Amino acid sequence: MTTLRLDGVGKTFGRHRALIDISTTFSTGQVAVVLGPNGAGKSTLLGILSTLMQPTTGAVLWGAERMGRDSNMRTAVGYVGHEPGLYGDLTARENLSLFGSLYGIPDVGARVGAMLTRVGLGDVRPDAAARTFSRGMMQRLSLARALMHEPPILLFDEPAAALDPQGADWLTGEIRQERAAGRLVLLVTHDLDAAASVADQLLVLRRGRLTFDETRAGGFAPEAVRSLYQEKTRAGG
Amino acid sequence: MPAASPGWWAQAAQIARKDLRLEWRSREVLFTMTFLATLVVLIFSFAFIAGDDSSLSPSVTAGILWVAVLFSGTVGLSRTFDREREGEAIRSLLLSPVPRSAIYAGKVVATTVLMFMVELIVTPLAAVFFSTTISTHAAWLALLLLLGTIGFAAVGVVFSAGLLRSRSRDVLLSVMLFPIVAPVVMAGARGTSLLLDPATPDMGGALLWTQVLAVAAVVFVTVGLWAFEPVATGE
Amino acid sequence: MSAGRPSDFRLVAGAAVAALGFLGIPFLIAATPIEPVMGIVQKIFYFHVPCAYLLFLSTFVCAGASIAYLFKGSEGGDRLALCSAELGVLFGLCVLVTGPLWARVAWGVYWQWDARLTSALLLWLMLVGYLLARRYGGPAAKRLAAGLALFAAVDAPLVYVSVNVWRTIHPNTSVITQSVPEMKLAVRLAALLFLVLWGVLLALRLRLERARAALGELELACEDALEGP
Repeated sequence: MTTLRLDGVGKTFGRHRALIDISTTFSTGQVAVVLGPNGAGKSTLLGILSTLMQPTTGAVLWGAERMGRDSNMRTAVGYVGHEPGLYGDLTARENLSLFGSLYGIPDVGARVGAMLTRVGLGDVRPDAAARTFSRGMMQRLSLARALMHEPPILLFDEPAAALDPQGADWLTGEIRQERAAGRLVLLVTHDLDAAASVADQLLVLRRGRLTFDETRAGGFAPEAVRSLYQEKTRAGG
Repeated sequence: MPAASPGWWAQAAQIARKDLRLEWRSREVLFTMTFLATLVVLIFSFAFIAGDDSSLSPSVTAGILWVAVLFSGTVGLSRTFDREREGEAIRSLLLSPVPRSAIYAGKVVATTVLMFMVELIVTPLAAVFFSTTISTHAAWLALLLLLGTIGFAAVGVVFSAGLLRSRSRDVLLSVMLFPIVAPVVMAGARGTSLLLDPATPDMGGALLWTQVLAVAAVVFVTVGLWAFEPVATGE
Repeated sequence: MSAGRPSDFRLVAGAAVAALGFLGIPFLIAATPIEPVMGIVQKIFYFHVPCAYLLFLSTFVCAGASIAYLFKGSEGGDRLALCSAELGVLFGLCVLVTGPLWARVAWGVYWQWDARLTSALLLWLMLVGYLLARRYGGPAAKRLAAGLALFAAVDAPLVYVSVNVWRTIHPNTSVITQSVPEMKLAVRLAALLFLVLWGVLLALRLRLERARAALGELELACEDALEGP
């Protein structure tokens, strides 16, 4: 088991403090869910964990290595956001081969085929531009892109936003599957029920501070998540 | 886990190929840039050509041509970077282990290729409109345009990437880019005009301007490779 | 900010030198002989030339400080770059106003596309671009502007060479080399005084920016104290 440890991480933008002194530990084979109102610092946290932002204070450690701009550390992370992060004018296959080859994956063609099947896009028209995809197909392709290089860390930033219920269910299943595959999954969401259905570890952010952080072996019941969220995002909570 | 990362050149080539393939799908930037450049040439013709003489002095022809290149290139840069912003594709690119300088190099190459294709169409058109002969020193003229375009793209890519999240990016790109590339436009237009002059072609002068353009291209690319990462990809 | 700190002393001393100098220099300039060809109008050079030096100096200080900000993340570098860009715009404006005034008499037109004035104009435009980019450049504005400063600095020699080959009608030698010792002395003293003035203005402007940054920190600390975990 490898851990991702945040040690006093803070981030300041000009006069705005997006994150203040965050210390916590995430483990592989577990799903950590980050909850919090808009502007609580969730996106900033993901920015730092994905190495695209540098913390103003503190450090992020993956195992014994410090995460930073170093491009080798970057390959440890896969990222699925609410925006697909793909080129709409390229086909599904072209998108995946592009990123596959940028990651230096050997035998990209075979890998692309396997990934498309894996996310249920195996029968998609090979010449269809990604922009013609439905929201659900786009999110599948986005997940395939994030998994191309088999990253041990998988970050989700409100991945179910604007997905239909089937799409959201599919996504929940995928998250469970990645956990079973031994990945460290971090999910940022506003959907408390979805959070309850997958969380091993629950974190609540309020105005840049961590107000709740607990790992429960049996997971969290939906009612527990609701009351925790109410309590921990209240002023002075 | 991936094996060893592909080399810098291979990655830069991947980025350039990706940009050109995207463009080839819609040919949107190519067509609109060419049309815009032609319009600029035409508008200047309406403004400058008077009476029954349809020829202009070589310096005016050269100036019009380079202004058309400058305008269409700026618009082309904006559109190319719009594609990176749509769907946050740029984030996936930045998340990949590609060195930022390779992303920069790939984008400069793609921009240069695109602009140069437009120039290959617009320059003969301008020659026709202004009754100028360009075939005498065609290769040299192409070299001038190519060097000038590299210099332009080398600066433009850095600024466009930095402006990705700015609301006033379109006007700011011109505001930042035009003063910096002024020597490129000056050298390009002067060099072109010396080559186009049928009466007294000044080869020595044209060589001097070609050298200025080459120096500008080398200097701008060097600074760009160095500055792209902190300017364009910090948080 | 209490008085009596060393930086304040230097500031006051600098301001005093500049003030005394600006009181004294008109007499010195008045005492210089009138240039036989251009006449009394040549005396504008005692302002024009130092301002032009300071425009160039500001550009390079801005670029150097921008490098410190871009590559070392130095916030102080960013503040210095901003302040010197502002001063560059200010002194550049002096150059661009006094130049045409002189040109009107000497050459008969307000604006000649002469090498040095054109170079100054382009540098000035780049610095204005720096301020615009910094203000309206969105979330990456500071780094974007710093990049512009970097390009401006490497561009300056290119601009100068290009414009020089392009056109040269500036009286580049007729003012200084053919001048009598009094003229040289006056120009040098004027340049020195302008430099001190530039330094004083820069220190004041920097102090304001530093105070602003400190205020920001204090606000954050207040928030922390109120919000405390």
